Amino acid sequence: MATDGLHENETLASLKSEAESLKGKLEEERAKLHDVELHQVAERVEALGQFVMKTRRTLKGHGNKVLCMDWCKDKRRIVSSSQVRRICCVTGEREHAVTMPCTWVMACAYAPSGCAIACGGLDNKCSVYPLTFDKNENMAAKKKSVAMHTNYLSACSFTNSDMQILTASGDGTCALWDVESGQLLQSFHGHGADVLCLDLAPSETGNTFVSGGCDKKAMVWDMRSGQCVQAFETHESDINSVRYYPSGDAFASGSDDATCRLYDLRADREVAIYSKESIIFGASSVDFSLSGRLLFAGYNDYTINVWDVLKGARVSILFGHENRVSTLRVSPDGTAFCSGSWDHTLRVREIWA
Amino acid sequence: MSSGASASALQRLVEQLKLEAGVERIKVSQAAAELQQYCVQNACKDALLVGIPAGSNPFREPRSCALL
Repeated sequence: MATDGLHENETLASLKSEAESLKGKLEEERAKLHDVELHQVAERVEALGQFVMKTRRTLKGHGNKVLCMDWCKDKRRIVSSSQVRRICCVTGEREHAVTMPCTWVMACAYAPSGCAIACGGLDNKCSVYPLTFDKNENMAAKKKSVAMHTNYLSACSFTNSDMQILTASGDGTCALWDVESGQLLQSFHGHGADVLCLDLAPSETGNTFVSGGCDKKAMVWDMRSGQCVQAFETHESDINSVRYYPSGDAFASGSDDATCRLYDLRADREVAIYSKESIIFGASSVDFSLSGRLLFAGYNDYTINVWDVLKGARVSILFGHENRVSTLRVSPDGTAFCSGSWDHTLRVREIWA
Repeated sequence: MSSGASASALQRLVEQLKLEAGVERIKVSQAAAELQQYCVQNACKDALLVGIPAGSNPFREPRSCALL
């Protein structure tokens, strides 16, 4: 439908009012189904007892601010990236470090096979490195540049195989890439500002992913069509982290507005806010425990708060880091979680048995 | 800001909002019940919730141990 230049102003005005009325209708439709709060439904569930977490391992090899980490599916290895050009793979006692050509390596991810890692940052790219633990081999030499954005890379994730990577960027877009050819398979436009995070839906729930950005929006995308299928705009500041609930029916977000929130995809709305008046620093990173009952969130005030997802209450505060917590992931088998911080360390914690 | 660009951007916004308005939704009570059911069903497997037997920690020396 072409816009007739002569009637531009009328068309603009009528489009604007149509957009406003559609937004109003969307809110109305969502509100109609808001018959109860999650914590009310959860009143009958047993409350969680006190639990104590212990730091099992503190990894100090970076020597600089840790920005991102990811677990390997074999649960024994971790990849992490830092402010000064480095990515590290840790397995048991051994650490293997690679020097990157850019500072602020903001994103890193393990390939599902465990045979490669992807990372990137201020170089605007996402590169894949096949992993070798042979100290004589130069990992950097085998690097493959896969993604090219027009601004920093904020997040990356392999899809279900080593063959495709999903990226998020400060250029406001997300993109899906073929690793082998470096070809752009799909791009995702819709965020009004930098995209800071993404998470893929658990494989059983199909081909979608969620992204969060500086526009305060969380958006759910269809990977095949490139279409945004649902959008949520209830945060009051940048969304730093998004993570799917293990069943795939919901996702959590952490934001600079000092809250974490839970959005249910089938109810199409925010269903819980995890906040306290005493928490005034932004949440940088969130992840669920295996059953979805616990939400671990790392904050810029150096702490990790553990939330009861159903009841909305905080069940524990974890101290130990000496600077912002920048990244946090629960291990694939759910037995431990790892947090990375600007204090140069990574800490692996589990329940004190 | 050129009017031509903003008109087509608004057009896209209107189309996007129509798409989002058309999403099928369920009641929060039903959605909440299902989230809760998932938690309860999987609670026993959640090591960070219930604790794990000593010796299953992947960061200690490797031992074979069956975990739920």
